[in-house]
Amino acid sequence: MASLKDLRNRIASVKSTQKITKAMQMVAAAKLRRAEEAAAAARPYADRMASVLANIAGAVEGDGPPLMVGTGKDDVHLFVVFTAERGLCGGFNASIVKLARQRQRQLEAEGKTVKFLAVGKKAWDLMRRDLASKIAERVDFRDVKQIGFDEADRLGEKIIELFDKGEFDVCTIFYSAFQNVITQVPTAQQIIPADLSEGTKDDGDEASSAVYEYEPEPGAILDALIPRNIKVQILHAMLENAASEQGARMSAMDNATRNAGDMIDRLSISYNRQRQAQITTELVEIISGAEAL
Amino acid sequence: MADSFQFELVSPEKLLMSEAVTAVSVPGSEGFFTVMAKHAPVMTTVKPGIVLVTTESGEEQRIFVQGGFADVNEIGLTLLAEHASPADEVDLQALDQSIRDAEEDVADATSPEAKAHAQHKLDQLKEAREGLSAA
Repeated sequence: MASLKDLRNRIASVKSTQKITKAMQMVAAAKLRRAEEAAAAARPYADRMASVLANIAGAVEGDGPPLMVGTGKDDVHLFVVFTAERGLCGGFNASIVKLARQRQRQLEAEGKTVKFLAVGKKAWDLMRRDLASKIAERVDFRDVKQIGFDEADRLGEKIIELFDKGEFDVCTIFYSAFQNVITQVPTAQQIIPADLSEGTKDDGDEASSAVYEYEPEPGAILDALIPRNIKVQILHAMLENAASEQGARMSAMDNATRNAGDMIDRLSISYNRQRQAQITTELVEIISGAEAL
Repeated sequence: MADSFQFELVSPEKLLMSEAVTAVSVPGSEGFFTVMAKHAPVMTTVKPGIVLVTTESGEEQRIFVQGGFADVNEIGLTLLAEHASPADEVDLQALDQSIRDAEEDVADATSPEAKAHAQHKLDQLKEAREGLSAA
């Protein structure tokens, strides 16, 4: 049985842990708000980009650039796995990596090759043990405070460079889509070759009635537009991921704070019981001592 | 007074501007052009330079953009810009730095295509720089 002093110490230590988790929860809540705002602010660009792309894809005759139509094969897959730079956010990182692993096993069973590009420190940490040989590259943004287009640009360039070298045929990004604070959905999205099916649909008929002029010709615009679109999608994934990460951390820390509260309650009860037991023993000793006289 | 139309300037990070304007001059990669209300639909790439926006009240705003796409349709003009900021807040040093980077790219380019591409980018940046310092 732990002594009174031990119990007091434990209560104190759990209390300070609780303070830390509580603070982390509040920090995550503040960061979440900012991350959500950033994600919302980036939406107009992505929307416009999608409609411009849908518009121009219709105007191009023949095949588009290889980044859009792919290499015609799907033997080598590149998985770009986005995770957080830090832990302590529940199953956030693990669930993204798990989804990627699942897909990898599926594809490998079909005889395809899968390579990884680990974005974020945790992706590397989680995958290096058994997938180290398959990780083509790792990137982290540890010293980046607010994810912006520059980061997406750098990463996009890297991916396009790999594609131009013929390192892979299909590129899929894995990130966590933000739904709300308690739900983040690990998502896989194919970016190369581009999946244009969504954009074409919501554009409707009214836009297509107009005769567009293109300057330079559609093909050249498309050549410039496609890499841009890839980067925009990467940015979107990164921003969603950042919001999800904060959401996941917030709920994880909320749980931790509550657990710590429960633990303090339990410890306090046993502390009080033990103190009472000690008092009773002392009283019994005094009374029996007095009786003996 | 001239008719107005909807002008939207969006950068990857956010919607920078969305308002009714009377005229916008855009540095298209094939040459500058000015969009006014009821302009024919056109789509073009944009090179680094200054976008001149005339608002409904006749005020003029100069915005520096570093490349992007312009899309004119019946709703208005949408400018998908890469790094846009008001012209008088442009960080000239950063711009000079990117010019130097571009110069290095030209020097480092191995294939003729890469060299031409880098040179083209450099020229555009230099032109934009001149446009800015002239103002």
